[in-house]
Amino acid sequence: MSANASDLHQVSDRLAKNAMRNVSERLIEMVLFAAAAVSVLTTVGIVYVLVSESIHFFQNVSIVDFLTDTQWTPLFDDAHYGIMVLISGTLVSSGVALAVAIPMGTIIAIYLSEFANPKVREVAKPVLELLGGIPTIVFGYFALLIVTPLLQKILPGLPGFSLLSAGLVMGIMIVPYVASLSEDAMRAVPMSMREGSYAMGATKLHTAIHVVVPAAVSGLAASYILGISRAVGETMILAVAAGMQPNLTWNPMEPAATITSYIVQVALGDLPHGSIGYQTIFAAGLTLLLITLAFNILGQWLRRRFREAY
Amino acid sequence: MNPMTTEQIRALIARGKLKDTVFQALGIICLAVGLLVIFLLVGDMLIRGMARLNLEFFTEFASRRAAQSGILSAWVGTLLVMLVTALAAVPLGVAAGIYLEEYAKRNWVTDIIEINITNLAAVPSIVYGLLALGIFVYTFGFGQSILSAGLTLALLILPIVIVATREAIRAIPAMIREGSMAVGATRWQTCRYHIIPYAMPGILTGVIIGLARAIGETAPIITIGALTFIAFLPPVPFAPTGVEGVSAGLFDWVMSPFTVMPIQIFNWTSRPDPAFEVNAAAAGFVLMGMVLSMNAVAIWLRYRMRKNIKW
Repeated sequence: MSANASDLHQVSDRLAKNAMRNVSERLIEMVLFAAAAVSVLTTVGIVYVLVSESIHFFQNVSIVDFLTDTQWTPLFDDAHYGIMVLISGTLVSSGVALAVAIPMGTIIAIYLSEFANPKVREVAKPVLELLGGIPTIVFGYFALLIVTPLLQKILPGLPGFSLLSAGLVMGIMIVPYVASLSEDAMRAVPMSMREGSYAMGATKLHTAIHVVVPAAVSGLAASYILGISRAVGETMILAVAAGMQPNLTWNPMEPAATITSYIVQVALGDLPHGSIGYQTIFAAGLTLLLITLAFNILGQWLRRRFREAY
Repeated sequence: MNPMTTEQIRALIARGKLKDTVFQALGIICLAVGLLVIFLLVGDMLIRGMARLNLEFFTEFASRRAAQSGILSAWVGTLLVMLVTALAAVPLGVAAGIYLEEYAKRNWVTDIIEINITNLAAVPSIVYGLLALGIFVYTFGFGQSILSAGLTLALLILPIVIVATREAIRAIPAMIREGSMAVGATRWQTCRYHIIPYAMPGILTGVIIGLARAIGETAPIITIGALTFIAFLPPVPFAPTGVEGVSAGLFDWVMSPFTVMPIQIFNWTSRPDPAFEVNAAAAGFVLMGMVLSMNAVAIWLRYRMRKNIKW
């Protein structure tokens, strides 16, 4: 073996370069991993902020009062902290919204996936996307200045702010989410199942309702859960069109504050950092997060329970 | 079982077909309602706000007098906040997407990151506002500034950018990576010279859709305490500040108080004086114009992409 000196030199140069390359590759991988970890940090941050501020809040207010009191007047001298007041507003407005969004979204999804020809679908999907992309503040304007006056012609007793008109517009806002996810789920149902049904002489509608929908039910459930999350977390439409007075009611014709619109109302004022009024919005935010979380866990359970694999 | 007569069968078929037609009509009506809402909204805001849609509207600050109010501080604020959002969300989102598709091993850490991204997409936007209020505004001491708002919206749209990046990368066939690695490229070189360029149109679409979402977000920005009435602009870099011999730094504007388009609209809709409704309509029309044109660009990009790329 007679390796000459310059060869050896070249080899060691190349090895050194390789080593450098490995180091920089490792570095880049670490940087990329750090970027991916930001999303986990976000969750940790959300939980940390909400829980730590809420702990301060619950040192002053008992959890029992928080859950059972029927008044929400945190900024008055005679302060009451009954979150049910805000939850009722949230549930009523979400109920109205879902009563619009789920039937409409499902009908549009069935129509697009089972009836419409591809050309209609090509046009309809972007239009739905545009509808879903409209800023919620613009929807709030729509609810307050267009829908409420229209509804007042039909229902003369309707006040200028109401959960009903805010809820209806929220429903329209959610339709694209429900329709688009449901349609994806129904299109994933294999063609052979439809063909089997047609071969037995079923009509399109019969096939859609009795074959395709049951097969896609886990996807439909997921889309409804997303709709519920959107409705519960919606803020600006309610802040603009539903009034912001706390009001324990189950009647959609009345104005009421929701969890989200209460947070906006407090944030608009000038509450000192660390005061109990400031802490209420974190307790309200924690409640909101727990409600959304509960629905999402339910959704995941439904999906596992009813998943049909083909 | 008694057999049906031909007439009965014909009637049955006719009934079935009628039901099909009725349902089809129902589907078209539901779609039309969506379309109608868009037209009604844009049309109403255009007609109502027409009187205010002139050049002064864009060059005047908000004012106590409705007829002299403009959206100067609002559109400048929106533009600057979007700049911060894009600068934060694009590198982070693309890097996270690349990591998850090209680098991540199948283990519990990766699983946690993935589940986490899915769940973050379902968190109400106002909760991000509370996060920002606690972390950016008070813990980091960024205050109620453009920086706080931009970072908040960046976190909000991060899942959208990540998902778009991953989908774009997943559409690139494995042979591209194999070809690159076969000629000795490292993993990062493969990403840098092949994966990222080919995934670019898809990433861009996701970024535009994310920014279009962020531009209309109101709740988180109100929550961090953005002011609703701002009659000045953030300092221009190197411009004189008014104090003798002191000029603004390159990045002074990021710490400036600000307002954005949606907050300006909210402020005008919540005033009892109907004269401000006109302003709200005009500003709403401008905002809708921004959002719809961004979405249109994204849809066009996606359409072109689907047509052109054939591996």
